[in-house]
Amino acid sequence: MNQEAATGWAKVKELGSRISWQDVGPLIAVFALMVLGTAINPTFLSMGNLTNVFTRSAFTGIIAIGATFVIGTGSIDLSVGSMAAFNSGVMIIFMNYLVQHWGATWATVTAAMALSLLLGAAGGLVNGLVITKGRIESFIVTLGTMGIFRSLVTYLANGGTLSLNLPVRGLYRPVYYGTFLKIPIPLIIFCLVAMVGAVLMYKTRFGRYVLAIGSSYHVAHYSAINVNRIRVLTYILQGICVAIATIIYVPRLGSASGTTGYGWELEAIAAVIIGGTAMKGGTAKILGTVAGAIIFSIIGNILNLSDAISQYLNGAVQGLIIIGAVLVQRTSKE
Amino acid sequence: MAELAMQTIKICKSYGTVPVLFDVDFELKKGEIHALIGENGAGKSTLVKILAGYHQQASGELLRRGKPVTYPNTGAAEADGVVMIHQEFNLANDLTVEENIFLGKEIMRRGFLDKAAMRQRSAEILQNLGTTINPRARVKDLSVSDKQMVEIAKALALNSEVLIMDEPTAVLTAGEIDVLFKIIRALRDHGVSIVYISHKLHEVKALADRVTVLRDGHRICTERASELNEDDMARLMVGRELSTLFPPKGQAPHRSAPVLEVQKISCPRYVQNASFQLYAGEVLGFAGLIGAGRTELMECVVGLRRRSSGTVLYRGKPLSARSYGDAIRNRIVYLSEDRKGKGLFTSMPLAPNVTILSLHEHLTRFGFLDGRKEEATLDQTIEEFDVRIPSKRALVSMLSGGNQQKIALGKLMQVEPDIVILDEPTRGIDVGTKQQVYYFIRELAERGKSCILISSELPEIVGLSDRVIVMRSGVVMGELTGEEVNEEEIMLYATGVKGGMAG
Repeated sequence: MNQEAATGWAKVKELGSRISWQDVGPLIAVFALMVLGTAINPTFLSMGNLTNVFTRSAFTGIIAIGATFVIGTGSIDLSVGSMAAFNSGVMIIFMNYLVQHWGATWATVTAAMALSLLLGAAGGLVNGLVITKGRIESFIVTLGTMGIFRSLVTYLANGGTLSLNLPVRGLYRPVYYGTFLKIPIPLIIFCLVAMVGAVLMYKTRFGRYVLAIGSSYHVAHYSAINVNRIRVLTYILQGICVAIATIIYVPRLGSASGTTGYGWELEAIAAVIIGGTAMKGGTAKILGTVAGAIIFSIIGNILNLSDAISQYLNGAVQGLIIIGAVLVQRTSKE
Repeated sequence: MAELAMQTIKICKSYGTVPVLFDVDFELKKGEIHALIGENGAGKSTLVKILAGYHQQASGELLRRGKPVTYPNTGAAEADGVVMIHQEFNLANDLTVEENIFLGKEIMRRGFLDKAAMRQRSAEILQNLGTTINPRARVKDLSVSDKQMVEIAKALALNSEVLIMDEPTAVLTAGEIDVLFKIIRALRDHGVSIVYISHKLHEVKALADRVTVLRDGHRICTERASELNEDDMARLMVGRELSTLFPPKGQAPHRSAPVLEVQKISCPRYVQNASFQLYAGEVLGFAGLIGAGRTELMECVVGLRRRSSGTVLYRGKPLSARSYGDAIRNRIVYLSEDRKGKGLFTSMPLAPNVTILSLHEHLTRFGFLDGRKEEATLDQTIEEFDVRIPSKRALVSMLSGGNQQKIALGKLMQVEPDIVILDEPTRGIDVGTKQQVYYFIRELAERGKSCILISSELPEIVGLSDRVIVMRSGVVMGELTGEEVNEEEIMLYATGVKGGMAG
């Protein structure tokens, strides 16, 4: 073997030792599921179906990117699904009101989007402040706000459904159904959010402090990190992610009710966990989270396409996947 | 020849690709106190963990009463009478003493807990240990030394024949150590074999029957303790002469304006009206018994702990009372005594630990973290502090205590501190690293920086400090300079015989 080839091989080996199975595992799972899907029903691989699968993963995926930061600090946010529902409701009411003055214009839609972002950030701020200033477990606080947001949207909808004014719906529709260079817009937004998330997590001081806090609150405090401020910021970031998800969700159905976004918090948290981020904090895998969100979407799709398992068992299969994924991570670590 | 309680023959062990034990032979006789000494990373902990079933050897044999055994886990070792008492306590804080003593081996009667039997047995064991601990007290309400006693009681409840103690005196006061030694000797006289790990060589000299020295994973020798003095032990441990443990003190720094002026700081329950000054180029020792409030005072000074009153002036300007960040910006750093709990992110790699205080200096032009700069800083720290690491991507938890401490010091040095406050900087580290830390402290002072040294080891305070302040129960008792800086004088103040300055 000549020298060049030898150093080349050494480089490959070095690269091999750098790849951690925890990082690659979720990506392999995505690939395996795609093979399985194709085997069960060849239509799985059709452009239309794949587009559908990835687009659907965008909602929980975007929320899960925010959740990666919260979980990275060792906390949790259970209120995201309810917050999305509340946000949707307020957006619809706001647009229905604005349309009387500004008509079915982009001004109306843009103003509602801005309101959504503001609401999301404010909701996150409230969660974060109550948790840090009140020194209450994040689980308890967000369990509380989960109920509050859910109840608020039901109240706004008077127990029924809030529907978006039809002309506005027509205008707003492409934000979910449209494409850019043949790529669905929700997918593009998901990718952008993931990229910004990865840069924030791995390339900024904020991200480093998030992981430091997750690694140890005490050591972070003794390293002059403003622990409370960083924690509040993660909740604000989570709220903004919820707002972005809401912005692309509203044009999908054009309505909101007490059951909007039901169970999203669990799907988002599960996507983070199967992506390889530890519940106790200190590590965070953005790419893993993306894969986690896609895995859930594929499973739902495969169940739809096959007759073997009733699609009503979707939740059961998801549950098994979560537990299985964590078991695999545990054993591969040891 | 006395019967052998345990023996290892040519035991080898690696962690991943890092070998830690090479062909180690070790003999433990029945009814002896056998001290195991060596620098951090020498393999002491690994060896005893193999004895106690926490780890299994890669090759070689483990013998118990002359017969080969394998302990797949600690339960198997305990069932065979081999019990290890940990450096870090393994107690359930919210349970009572008696519940802890019988944790996992509860006495049952007709399928239910036999609390009466357990209570009686706990009381017996505790009484035999000569303590007055209430078996019904909650562990979290006990003092550190009492927790240590509970750990021992827990081991005795198993009727253990081999007791392994990893630095049992690290957190005990002198009086408590005396009690512990009496107990250990009594256990030996009852035929219990004791493996005793310690960095305190005078204790080893006083207590052990035999001493085994490990260095870099090799057994260097096993000798009768009576045939070695402390200098011999230190020399065998490091493999070179430790001519002077402490660097020579410089000239008494001439006092101009104080760099730091602490005025009447109080912190409820811990510190009352403490004042002191710190000058450039000096090492100021803080002596006192454990719980004298020294840690709390320093945490108040740097803004890590809320104070109820008092001010801190740095070069004449007040420091923020609520923000350690403000202290850091003024180049004042604090090294916590709790290295694993407060000092380092043990589950993270080395580089992010070293740079966490100075991330603003590790950015690219566009304000993003620069991994290469961070790695360069780590390289520099490794070289400057002579840190021994298995690999650059290792986690802090994979390093020995001494090397962790060097990383912790390297982290502080990144802010180019003007004032360095070190809280028990040599706790749990080996004598070789201790010496390096002492020279490092002296060098800081010689470069005109100021250093505060909190230590519960008097030789350290006396050997290093230009000036000493003694605290007792949260109060500054007195200040010693020049010839007054000696162990007897310090103890008089620390125990309240002398002093009690109005302050």
